[in-house]
Amino acid sequence: MTITINHYLIVSFLLFSIGFLGVLVRRNFLTILMSIELMLNAVNLNLIAFSRRLSDLTGQVFSIFVITIAAGEAAIGLALTISFFRQKKTLDVEEAHTMQG
Amino acid sequence: MTFAFHASDWLLLAPELFLTAMGLLLLGLSVALGKTKEDFLAFLATVSVGITGALVAFVATRPERATPILGGAFVVDNFALFFKALVLLSLALTVLASARYVGAAPYPGGEYYALLLFSGVGMLFMASGNNLISIYVALELMALSSYVLAGYFKAEPKSTEAALKYFILGAFSSGVLLYGLSLVYGAGGVMGLPELAKLLASASRSNLLMLGILLILAGLLFKIAAVPFHVWTPDVYEGSPTPVTAFFSVGPKVAAYAILARIFYVAFAKFHADWGFVVALVSAATMVLGNVAALLQSNVKRMLAYSSIANAGYALLGVLGFRTEWGLWGILIYLLAYTFMNFGAFTLIILLESKGYAGESVSDFNGLAKRSMPAAVVMLLFLLSLAGIPPTAGFIGKYYLFTAAMKAGYAWLAILAVVMSAVSLFYYFRIAAAMFFTEGSPAKLKSSYALSAVIAVCAVGTLVIGVVPQPFLEVLKSCVLGR
Repeated sequence: MTITINHYLIVSFLLFSIGFLGVLVRRNFLTILMSIELMLNAVNLNLIAFSRRLSDLTGQVFSIFVITIAAGEAAIGLALTISFFRQKKTLDVEEAHTMQG
Repeated sequence: MTFAFHASDWLLLAPELFLTAMGLLLLGLSVALGKTKEDFLAFLATVSVGITGALVAFVATRPERATPILGGAFVVDNFALFFKALVLLSLALTVLASARYVGAAPYPGGEYYALLLFSGVGMLFMASGNNLISIYVALELMALSSYVLAGYFKAEPKSTEAALKYFILGAFSSGVLLYGLSLVYGAGGVMGLPELAKLLASASRSNLLMLGILLILAGLLFKIAAVPFHVWTPDVYEGSPTPVTAFFSVGPKVAAYAILARIFYVAFAKFHADWGFVVALVSAATMVLGNVAALLQSNVKRMLAYSSIANAGYALLGVLGFRTEWGLWGILIYLLAYTFMNFGAFTLIILLESKGYAGESVSDFNGLAKRSMPAAVVMLLFLLSLAGIPPTAGFIGKYYLFTAAMKAGYAWLAILAVVMSAVSLFYYFRIAAAMFFTEGSPAKLKSSYALSAVIAVCAVGTLVIGVVPQPFLEVLKSCVLGR
């Protein structure tokens, strides 16, 4: 069996869906962070697969940008984790319900 | 397409480069000076925004700006210049409105101003973004700075919670937007908006492309807080420090409209029939939900959050009406009016706030007319403008937007918008009634020069655009894309 672009797109779609559902369903903040990373990496896979298929380097350049920004995002996410944990002594995002309405 | 740097690139990038340098300088000074010299840092931040504004004005006069730079990724047309001016205006107002608030808080102020400026740099790049990569990177620069700003009061549970919610939903929506971008790239193989438009002109409608466009739309609708992507707005607006809330309600939204308009007018105009229907539904839902939910609020920041959701619904009418010039004019004049009136209303809350989060409920506006007549009258002006009553700026903006919707064939939406504007009167007048007809605390109102200046600028802007709109409209009508 040869691996075509469709295989890559399906894997990427699955990864994205897992991340998407993870953010919506999971309650632990760290798991949510990992789910967001999954979503971004699904995008990277997509970009690189398309880049290869179209013989165009732009997609790979974009994926490097995405990786860099994901690192920044993770840094802020982890800083927030610490700040949240100090106040609530838990990472359960359901505990973040001071404001309602 | 080559990626060489020319002298003209440095020239056209001068405002952005200068603001970045000043942000870094503020960050360093904050460490060196500590908590003692915060007024100086605020002054420095104000001056940097002012000089950046002068640089933008200088760039506007240069003939080099006719050609896009950085391989076509950065364009300085009149449209971009308008948004840059608007972003810098909201940045300057935010810095001035923050000085007292941040000075009284037990956190380093230099970081605060530096983050504001970095977020401003992101928005300036968004205004000029002409390539999906540069647009995404600029958007993230703005968003990452905003997440930290929302959680700036890190010992306050509300502020941390606001940052947490903003971060999770913001990162999530960026992921959705990116997935859309990757699909559009896969369908076209190009990232530049003009190239994409050229390619799509001959392309047929494919599922891959439609899904990509839909996901990009969803990601951007999150940034402007349209239904059903609005759930973060009330909590983030309530929990963030008030000057930051005021900033969120204008700056990032304005910048998001800039890229929404540019992407959908330039690149995806051909498939208007497909996305137009979705945008119309979203606009209707946003107007109805924003206004109805605002009726139920007792916290003014939360009420204004829902009001800003409703306003996002009105402004989407301009995106729909893009085929006539009225759509773009409507967006531009409305965003200009919105910056003045919304920022003014939030500044009044800052004025009333005594300590921490006190001063945010509607009852804190009780008897404001007795405590300070000018403050009450100015707040009334902002509320009238938000409701769209002539002769205020809000009326002119809504007039253009609703006309754009009519001309684009969405008469039902324009009628709904008028009805919803009437509904909005109820909650705006609750604040007005509290100010004028209720007894409140007799304490004197303490203002500062900076706050008074912000309120004065917002009031003058709201009133002047409403009474003599003609000169403003003349300028705006030249702010079309690509010139």
